[in-house]
Amino acid sequence: MIGGRSIRTPFIAGLVGLASLLAAWPAAAQEAARPPIVIGSKPFAESYLLAEVFAQLLESRGIAVTRKAGLGATEVAFPALVAGAIDVFPEYSGTGLLVILKAPRVGDRAAVFDRVSREMARRYDIRWLPPLGFENTYAMSVRTEMAERLGLRTLSDAARHGASLKAGFTADFIGLPDGLPGLRSTYGLAPAEVHALAPAVKYQAIAAGSVDLIDAYSTDGLLERYPLTVLEDDRHVFPPYDAAAMLRGVVARERPEVVATLTLLSGRIDVTRMRRWNARVEVEGVAVAAVAREALVDLGLVETGAAGATVATPRASLSLVADLWSRRAAIAAMSARHLWLTSVSMLAAIVFGVALGLALSRSRAAEGVTRAVGVLQTVPGIALLAFMLPFLGIGVWPSLVALFLYSLYPIVRGTVTGVRQADRQAVDAATALGMTPRQVLWFVRLPLAMPVLMAGIRTAAVTNVGTATLAAFVGGGGLGDPIVAGLALADTRMILSGAIPAALLAALVDVALAGVQRWLTPVPLR
Amino acid sequence: MAEPALRAHAVVKRFGGVSALDGVSIAIDAGECVALVGESGSGKSTLLRAFLGLTPIDGGAVFVGGQDVTAVDPVRLRRGIGYVPQDGGLLPHWTVARNAALVPWLAGAATPEAAATAALDLVGMPLATFGARWPRELSGGQRQRVAFARALAARPAVLLLDEPFGALDAITRSDLQAMFATLRRQTGVTTLLVTHDLHEARRLADRVAVLCAGRVEQIATPAMLVSSPATPYVASLIARAGLAGGVA
Repeated sequence: MIGGRSIRTPFIAGLVGLASLLAAWPAAAQEAARPPIVIGSKPFAESYLLAEVFAQLLESRGIAVTRKAGLGATEVAFPALVAGAIDVFPEYSGTGLLVILKAPRVGDRAAVFDRVSREMARRYDIRWLPPLGFENTYAMSVRTEMAERLGLRTLSDAARHGASLKAGFTADFIGLPDGLPGLRSTYGLAPAEVHALAPAVKYQAIAAGSVDLIDAYSTDGLLERYPLTVLEDDRHVFPPYDAAAMLRGVVARERPEVVATLTLLSGRIDVTRMRRWNARVEVEGVAVAAVAREALVDLGLVETGAAGATVATPRASLSLVADLWSRRAAIAAMSARHLWLTSVSMLAAIVFGVALGLALSRSRAAEGVTRAVGVLQTVPGIALLAFMLPFLGIGVWPSLVALFLYSLYPIVRGTVTGVRQADRQAVDAATALGMTPRQVLWFVRLPLAMPVLMAGIRTAAVTNVGTATLAAFVGGGGLGDPIVAGLALADTRMILSGAIPAALLAALVDVALAGVQRWLTPVPLR
Repeated sequence: MAEPALRAHAVVKRFGGVSALDGVSIAIDAGECVALVGESGSGKSTLLRAFLGLTPIDGGAVFVGGQDVTAVDPVRLRRGIGYVPQDGGLLPHWTVARNAALVPWLAGAATPEAAATAALDLVGMPLATFGARWPRELSGGQRQRVAFARALAARPAVLLLDEPFGALDAITRSDLQAMFATLRRQTGVTTLLVTHDLHEARRLADRVAVLCAGRVEQIATPAMLVSSPATPYVASLIARAGLAGGVA
């Protein structure tokens, strides 16, 4: 009853737990002689599909691959390629020109591709394989009914009616130099309203009449599903967007068989084919892997095996519950990975955050430092990941570091506030009766701070479960994978297969921590 | 002549530009109870905290048991002194038994529970009845009794009391004053009692020191203080307390 243990040594337990979790680090399969080719993609349907086509083609020729699909954006995927975290991903010449090289548009399709591939080889040792054959450029679209009523055929026509148009554009189009700013300066097109829309919802939005003009892509599978008219870019504001495989130079030199295999696709995919495949994924809801298989059979690059003979059934024919149940093993694995990301990052954040909070609690710098930690929370996930990429690459490390940083603020704030608010008379008396400062902290301040401190930790943990979905942007895995992919593929079920377990996980983590809080909080303070 | 149990010599303490203690000297002999009386801001609590090494002083010296407070380990010093603040300062997340056993436990005593039991008996809060209670389950008077038990459990040579009865209602205050008088007879502990109540000082202390604006106005037995106040301030203090004219 009069023992010395007031806090039940949570930090020791935490450190032991951290160590054992780190020991269970998911190790990538290491093949010393021939490491697998790491194939990346960006988070939209066509990028997933092309990456999967690359992957299956290489596998069919006996080349091992690792998939890192749905990497945040060009700002994540390209540095990952340069850093060697991935070896190849599908890219477009126009994106390379404007986003990566930040160069002005030059000449025609061939000239742009030539310029981009030469510049990238020189500056980044990145090799562009010959183009796949199709362009995926912006297809500025209006409802056909409106096009006929107003006589809209070109973007110049649309510019004349700009004041009455409501535009729905993806966020990057609004910012890209050849996006809205380009339309403004070249055509004088100034829509009355501009709404930022996720790619997945823009077709529904224009069909419902919520917006009048969208930035579709010329290979969108959904483009033919709705009665839309693509406006001609009569002043050529959009650069050519030739699709091609982009490869690390060192891989191109050391693995000529990879180059030879992927080049089998060059010039083989025209815009009609690509649009049809995209529609299989985006409209019909067929799994990306199945469509990639169909595509390779279609191109005669793999044998019509048993898998190719049966046309893959769309998942939509199953009920949601049956669908989730049928994928329970995958969902369980993703949930476990998600929980692992959350646990490791939270343990580190608790150990560091509480220690920092305790150190700050007696310092005048507390408010300033705590606020600075708070500022970290306002950095958008993608930006933080892109910033860390040169140091940490992609995968679990940047995910863990980002989650760690995002979890710090509530913990530091809770610790500082809790310790500072601890019963002053009790602290004073404990000191006057001969407790050392360390004993005052351990036996008085910390137990009395526990309700506030634990509130901070619980806030951080529940937020962490939600934020951990951003690991999907850098190939860190977890439940973000189906969410990001589902958003990109306009596949609600896929989104739910990540979002529902994530929500359950958040609730579970909170309940578990409520138990921990009860256990750690002295009885009279409960 | 034996060294006094507590001694302050020309102590100066400034907070910013204000002198809280302005050359205070006082000596308290072993077994004696001295009341330090003054109004808020007179410096009486500051002096008490200086004896505990809680408030570093700017000039002079304070001695406990003949040792300069600045020359000894403050933690060891404090564990040898009993301390009761106005609000008790019990640890709200510890039981009565654990609170009472605090100082013996800190000092590494073999049986802190035994010390707590004895001390709780002394203040009329038997461990069997109250030991398992939380401080919030006690009345204000009961909490102060436990605070006295905690202060006495390690059998300190010196007791420092900072307005220990100040927050209590009149009846409870009288009860606790009686309890204190009894336990002082039983233990003979040297006591410095900080209070703003001259009646209380007269009832409990052997000598009274009147402090005003950081200076000692007079140190005398209660009877001497009332019969021959040394300064106009002491006289006015006595008058305001209704003790002038040799009443009782």
